[in-house]
Amino acid sequence: MSLAAVASPIAVVRPRTDEALLDNVTRAFVIAICFWGVVAFVAGVYIALQLAFPALNLGLEWTTFGRLRPVHTSAAIFAFGGNAMLGTSFHVVQRTCRARLFGGAPVAWFIFWGYQFFIVMAALSYVLGVTQSKEYAEPEWYLDLFLAVIWVTYLVAFMGSLIKRREPHIYVANWFYLAFIITVAMLHIVNNLSVPVSLAGAKSYTLFAGVQDAMTQWWYGHNAVGFFLTAGFLGMMYYFIPKAAGRPVYSYRLSIIHFWSLIFLYIWAGPHHLHYTALPDWAQTLGMVFSIMLWMPSWGGMINGVMTLSGAWDKLRTDPSLRFSVTAVGFYGMSTFEGPMMSVKQVNALSHYTDWTIGHVHSGALGWNALVTFGAVYFLVPVLWGKKALWSTRLASWHFWIATIGIVLYITAMWVSGIMQGLMWRAYDALGFLQYSFVETVEAMRPFYIIRALGGLCFLSGALLMVYNLWRTATSAEPEPQSAVPSGPAVAHAAQ
Amino acid sequence: MAAETERDAVTGRETTGHEWDGIKELNNPLPTWWLYTFYASIVFAIVWSVLYPSLPWLDGVLGHSERRSIVATMNKAAAEQRPYVDRILKTSLDEIRVDPDLLTFARTGGRIAFNNNCVPCHQAGGAGTRGYPSLADDDWLWGGTLAEIEQTIRFGIRTEHDKTHSSMMPRFGADSMLTSAQIDDVVEYVRSLSKSPHDAARAARGAGVYAENCVACHMEGGAGNREIGAPALNDAIWLYGGDRAAIRTSVFMARSGVMPAWQDRLDDATIKMLTLYVHGLGGGK
Repeated sequence: MSLAAVASPIAVVRPRTDEALLDNVTRAFVIAICFWGVVAFVAGVYIALQLAFPALNLGLEWTTFGRLRPVHTSAAIFAFGGNAMLGTSFHVVQRTCRARLFGGAPVAWFIFWGYQFFIVMAALSYVLGVTQSKEYAEPEWYLDLFLAVIWVTYLVAFMGSLIKRREPHIYVANWFYLAFIITVAMLHIVNNLSVPVSLAGAKSYTLFAGVQDAMTQWWYGHNAVGFFLTAGFLGMMYYFIPKAAGRPVYSYRLSIIHFWSLIFLYIWAGPHHLHYTALPDWAQTLGMVFSIMLWMPSWGGMINGVMTLSGAWDKLRTDPSLRFSVTAVGFYGMSTFEGPMMSVKQVNALSHYTDWTIGHVHSGALGWNALVTFGAVYFLVPVLWGKKALWSTRLASWHFWIATIGIVLYITAMWVSGIMQGLMWRAYDALGFLQYSFVETVEAMRPFYIIRALGGLCFLSGALLMVYNLWRTATSAEPEPQSAVPSGPAVAHAAQ
Repeated sequence: MAAETERDAVTGRETTGHEWDGIKELNNPLPTWWLYTFYASIVFAIVWSVLYPSLPWLDGVLGHSERRSIVATMNKAAAEQRPYVDRILKTSLDEIRVDPDLLTFARTGGRIAFNNNCVPCHQAGGAGTRGYPSLADDDWLWGGTLAEIEQTIRFGIRTEHDKTHSSMMPRFGADSMLTSAQIDDVVEYVRSLSKSPHDAARAARGAGVYAENCVACHMEGGAGNREIGAPALNDAIWLYGGDRAAIRTSVFMARSGVMPAWQDRLDDATIKMLTLYVHGLGGGK
């Protein structure tokens, strides 16, 4: 309220940009987020069920866990998360720079359709068994090259928009988006350096070998988490939380310090994925200590997100978008504490290779990335489609609770299962023999696999409610009354 | 261009004067606890890097090495088991079998070795499944004495090893040694050996086929011959199924299951312990 009071007069005196913002491509991205989100969650539930009920592999090579698992991870991270990043960054950069996206509609649509084409081709190749067997970097060289072109175009469009901005400063959300785009370009290109067997074939061999290959892969893999799933999503958080709360960002200084410390420290933490492997001790130590130092820089984002609500906590009761975003920040805080803790070698000795890691990843992916994205799309759809409000706040509330219960089921099942698995692996009997065989650990984990699948089913059901709600919102006949624009120019642009 | 800073009505803090799309920023200082925890984590990182190896050419003050540590741990575990393992190696299988102390050790070690190596085929408890014989009954294909079981584990079935168990049933149908009708007849006869439902007329004709082609290995009345791994056909225990189609496939194509030679993968003591464990599953002779 107080912000609206001070913001509106300023908004009125500022010159409006004379060009329309490119919102139709953002609308397309929102549709893609919903579509790929559902695909990712369906795939996740299905492979979770495969682990509990192996008959669901169907005895067909295309439907086995090994082929569907990368479909799930890529759909979740790159299709759902990637479209969320691309779409929201286009929305945010145009508004916070008061500039139409650099390159205009042709470039924006090239990025949109190029990215969707990449996703479809990647998913098809996994199902058909074409993979370079690098986790989260499975697509073969020809798709990697194609994605590199799309990504560099994206970088140019984003950077160009920043350069032609009509604001004196660059907003913090854009720092994070830019760091995400630049670093992902670097990670993608370096980790995928490879030599194709022939120009007419899909197969290639990576440029690196042995432990160097592993190190490059986890430098990539960890920073895919750090820059794709953390920095990019922090950019999203820095726009949608203050917008929805109608409050100023808590601390400009904190945003500067935590941005630069996060960017600097994250890039070194990859070796903690290779504890107790052939990786030299000194590299493992560095991976661990940089992860520890990363704790507070990560929490800086959480503090700025949560504290921005001071003065607007009551809105959590009424605004589903804000409730999703703030809960997401809570999960973010939890998993960015859990991560450094798991990187400590003594903890890692128990957690490594167990389901605990899967639980950790999903507390981040479901709790942080997905919830903050839901918060953003619940905010965006009424704005982009020019509606007064969501079709049903009640349904969004149901989505919130079903999704939260799903996440809790998922991560607690994986904590229990993972810690039990780790303890069973290291248990010796009085005579000095292993207490449990591998198959006994699998048998013991089965109940938790079923609970995990139930959690995933909850999460999927919630997402389906969201898609229905958003569809009804976008197609409802009630237009937004022009006189009741809450926050000035942004919505007015959207309506143009 | 620095815009006017304002005072936020709710918190009383000043803003920075920046504004983007209606979003402003407060000029709050860094939270003290945050800053000092950050400093503490940096101090921790430095101390840890001094104690543990953190540069390619330095060992760290504690002189820790992952490789030395794992070797020491493995050696310590091996040393604790050494007295028993030495006795296992020196004592014959028959003597271990009557030494309760040593037998307990051997069967405990055999159990975990079995569960980690053999269960994928022979199933939990050696229950067996189609194509993989049960080890919990006394219907042995290649013999169920301690020595016979050890030989099977060591050299496997149909491996490249000289001492492997190996037998080759002819492909009576695929190689056109019998006509389709003859195979159908002998299938009925084989079923009659275990008193399974069968067509008496065909079985009678099949008896002649059996006498000419099968009896040399599977013996009179389907008693089987463990010397050459020819399974008994009269006990209603079927490795590949006892329905007509399954028996017909066995006669037509022949089966030749394989098992690895474990002496290349497991040490001598483990193989002895495995032998005693399998022998004790229920069918040892």
